[in-house]
Amino acid sequence: MNLSTLNPWILTLTTFLPLLGAVLIAILPRRDRDIRWFALGVSAVTFLLSLHLPVYFRKVAPTASGSFSYEQNLRWITSPNIHYHVGIDGISLWLVVLTTFLVPFCVLASWKSIHDRVKEFFILLLILETAMIGVFIALDLFLFYFFWEATLIPMALIIGIFGHQRRVYAAIKFFLYTMIASVFMLAAIIWLYAQSGTFDFVELQHLIATGAIALPGHTALWLFLGFFLAFAVKVPLFPFHTWLPDAHVEAPTAGSVLLAGVLLKMGTYGLLRFSIGLFPAEAHRNAPWIITLAIIGIIYGALVALVQPNMKKLVAYSSVSHLGFVVLGIYSFTRAGMDGAVFQMLNHGVSTGALFLLLGVVYDRRHTYEIKEYGGLATPMPIYATLFLLITLSSIGLPLMNGFVGEFLILSGAFQAKAIYGIIAATGVIWSAFYMLWLYQRTFYGAITNPANAAMPDANLRERSVLWPFAVMALAMGIFPSLWMNSIDASVAGILDTQHGASFASSLQVKVNTVLK
Amino acid sequence: MPTAADYIRILPEIVLSVWGMIVMFVEALLPAGRSRKGLGIFAAFGALAAIAATAYQARPQFAGFGFNHMLRVDHFSIFFHFVVLLVALATILMSLDYLPFQKVDRGEYYALILLGSVGTCLMSSAVELVLVFIALEISSISSYILAGFRRQAAESAESSMKYFLLGSFATAFFLYGVALLYGATGSTNVFDIAAALSDTAYRIEPLAYIGVALIFTGLGFKVACAPFHVWTPDVYEGAPSPVVGFMSTAPKAAAFAVLIRLVIDTASPHWFWVIWIAAVLSMCIGNLGAILQSNVKRMLAYSSIAHAGYLLVAFASASNHELGVSAAMFYTASYAAMNVGAFAVITQMSGSGERFTQIDDYSGLGKRSPLLAAALTFFLLSLIGIPLTGGFFAKFYVFSAALKAQLIWLTIIGVANSGIGSYYYLRLIVRMYMYEPRTEEAAPRVRFGVGMAIAISLLATLWLGLLPNAVLHYTQSARNIAGH
Repeated sequence: MNLSTLNPWILTLTTFLPLLGAVLIAILPRRDRDIRWFALGVSAVTFLLSLHLPVYFRKVAPTASGSFSYEQNLRWITSPNIHYHVGIDGISLWLVVLTTFLVPFCVLASWKSIHDRVKEFFILLLILETAMIGVFIALDLFLFYFFWEATLIPMALIIGIFGHQRRVYAAIKFFLYTMIASVFMLAAIIWLYAQSGTFDFVELQHLIATGAIALPGHTALWLFLGFFLAFAVKVPLFPFHTWLPDAHVEAPTAGSVLLAGVLLKMGTYGLLRFSIGLFPAEAHRNAPWIITLAIIGIIYGALVALVQPNMKKLVAYSSVSHLGFVVLGIYSFTRAGMDGAVFQMLNHGVSTGALFLLLGVVYDRRHTYEIKEYGGLATPMPIYATLFLLITLSSIGLPLMNGFVGEFLILSGAFQAKAIYGIIAATGVIWSAFYMLWLYQRTFYGAITNPANAAMPDANLRERSVLWPFAVMALAMGIFPSLWMNSIDASVAGILDTQHGASFASSLQVKVNTVLK
Repeated sequence: MPTAADYIRILPEIVLSVWGMIVMFVEALLPAGRSRKGLGIFAAFGALAAIAATAYQARPQFAGFGFNHMLRVDHFSIFFHFVVLLVALATILMSLDYLPFQKVDRGEYYALILLGSVGTCLMSSAVELVLVFIALEISSISSYILAGFRRQAAESAESSMKYFLLGSFATAFFLYGVALLYGATGSTNVFDIAAALSDTAYRIEPLAYIGVALIFTGLGFKVACAPFHVWTPDVYEGAPSPVVGFMSTAPKAAAFAVLIRLVIDTASPHWFWVIWIAAVLSMCIGNLGAILQSNVKRMLAYSSIAHAGYLLVAFASASNHELGVSAAMFYTASYAAMNVGAFAVITQMSGSGERFTQIDDYSGLGKRSPLLAAALTFFLLSLIGIPLTGGFFAKFYVFSAALKAQLIWLTIIGVANSGIGSYYYLRLIVRMYMYEPRTEEAAPRVRFGVGMAIAISLLATLWLGLLPNAVLHYTQSARNIAGH
């Protein structure tokens, strides 16, 4: 059988297979063991299906509407004019694969640590997977908003039901922050629809670029801000980050992994695809202060991470810092910066996802994240220590590891945009080495001070089979970045082309206006 | 002389009245200790028969004025008939086991719901203000009695008394307004008044404005919009749960129907700011008030004030965009579906004497009764306005109507409010799933009647959320017809 016959349906299949799995689990009898295996099977098959995407990606010619592949466009609701329009480019391609890659490991990581209400947990996890994939493939703004909100409920429930002590507080905070921010995006989407009669991203992009939608006065700015707020909270960009440490610390391991690995990427993806895609002129105009916020986030996140006594909080703040790099890369509006930003999104998913999984391993044994409770773990847990070191090096961006490629590209993009951006942001790299290595030193080296750590069992087969793939990925992405970068670069170049076209057109417009005056 | 077609134009009302009277009659014959469940099922068939009568009435040959321009059958009235009758059906179903459980198993209850529906149905088809007033009274009086139906409970009597006293004032305001409007325009027919008010050659008397303001006061009370909302929390808290589900949706929908006829057909620009202010006040007071409540019924009372505010946003936009009316109609339908559903679950949960209506009582419901909790979660998500639910499209259409009418600030206030509003619904969901149950005992079994009521509401909410087209098209055609 020729697998390319799957092409028109592959996105839909990949997206909704987990949902189907969730429905089946709901029907299955409440036997925890079977449910775990079933969820693992569903998520693994989803991952295999999603591998179809990169394999055939270059053979599928982008369709007429633009630079998107595997497109499918069906009418869903006629009034308002909502389409089931999905498709991916080189950027969303890898984010989809990242999502499907992470979920099976989340299932494995929850194998033992979730023992109460197992059925509900896996139902929520699989629904969440469908929603997350949906966010990355939707090309209809309404569909996008639908999936965007749909990620919120399962995630809030995963935090609130299966989390640690202050879980309810964290879940409500997470829900309210994101919900309140995203209703402004909804208002902006409705405004666009009211003006144009379409939710289609490609059409809207065209209509705005050609000026067919009138954006009088500050309208464009307000719309830009409506989208920006929703994305900035999700990223989270400083000063909208305060929900993140709470949510991360209280979430169960699988929740933290997906939160850091995928949900934060939804924010940066939205900035790249929608904020910049729809309002290029506004994005350019507002870039200086957004970059300033991103750089503050890089330094602030790193400094706060440095002083955390709690390992999970440390990693959470390091996310604020890493995501600051991504936003910096995006708003540098250089090819290198944007390439690096997308690559760094994937890196962060792999390395921070792995860090949360690693923390989950010791948490399962000791039920604490306090750094001072540990120390000298390298002796009882040599394999675990090795894996932790590999991921730490990946996270701080050692050459030959994935983090290096992303940070290097982002910083070179930042230097091209304005040297001062690059100079300040580069200090963030030093800080990240500082807090990560210091964490490593305090946890793994030295004498065992706490007798509870002396007999800690090393990572078992299940845990090792979860962690090794991440270490391998981190190395592979560092040594062969071009495997990923080719398709990313092509799409980024496409975005920048339209960008330059737009900014050129707007500067031309300004000149024409001054001449006419 | 009334023709046969005239009678068909009030066929649902006739069916309901006859059925209600039969229920009353049989009730008198039944011995005291006997279960009234059979009577309730009979009443449910009455509601079904009225739905069938409405479907028959919907044929094109019956559209038009009846009884010498007293009422008018059009897509608009048919739409509200369906909404009101489905609500009545669901209410009867959820009361079947509730009444004996609360030891108030009386047949009048069902008769009152049927007869109250006569009033609410008539409100949506009447175009003569005097007839509107009579219909309003029919519906109100039955709600006053229903609110006090749990006679043993002091709070139920209090609820009924408050509702009666304040409600009588409100209808008096309405009647006074009608009288003044008659004085100013020489007519009590909506269309004649519209013609008189829109006649530019004719100077509108101040009397007309006062009349319109008084009518708005009366209807504002019925729909529980601020600043006429003060009665709502107390009345909703004390009244029996199924009755709250009924009166927070059916008479409210009917009052909104009257308001649509009046606002749109007697279009005058001076409506606009009155409605704008009422909308903003309702949304803010409703949402902020709801946050502070610890009783589920009171919380939903404030939430209903907030939803009246969202609906008024649609009204404000109706003044300069046609989408407003269909958005308002869609909103009433989906609000009816989700709110009746929520109250069906509350009815099931309330326990004897309605002891369990605190938010704390819902702790751990997700464990004790997963299906019930899932259903309530769905209704609450719809009230928040999460996609895939009727509540989402309702808000969506309202805000798109407002944006099309260039009401930017009203939209921003509304959108911010719906963000704030998500908090208190979420709090209940959090209680159900993230707290441990207070008792180990399983939740009481869901009986057939309540189960059906929940299922009907669930399907309606889901249908409006997945495939809103059919209903929206209908509301749009209603708009075209209502516009003369």
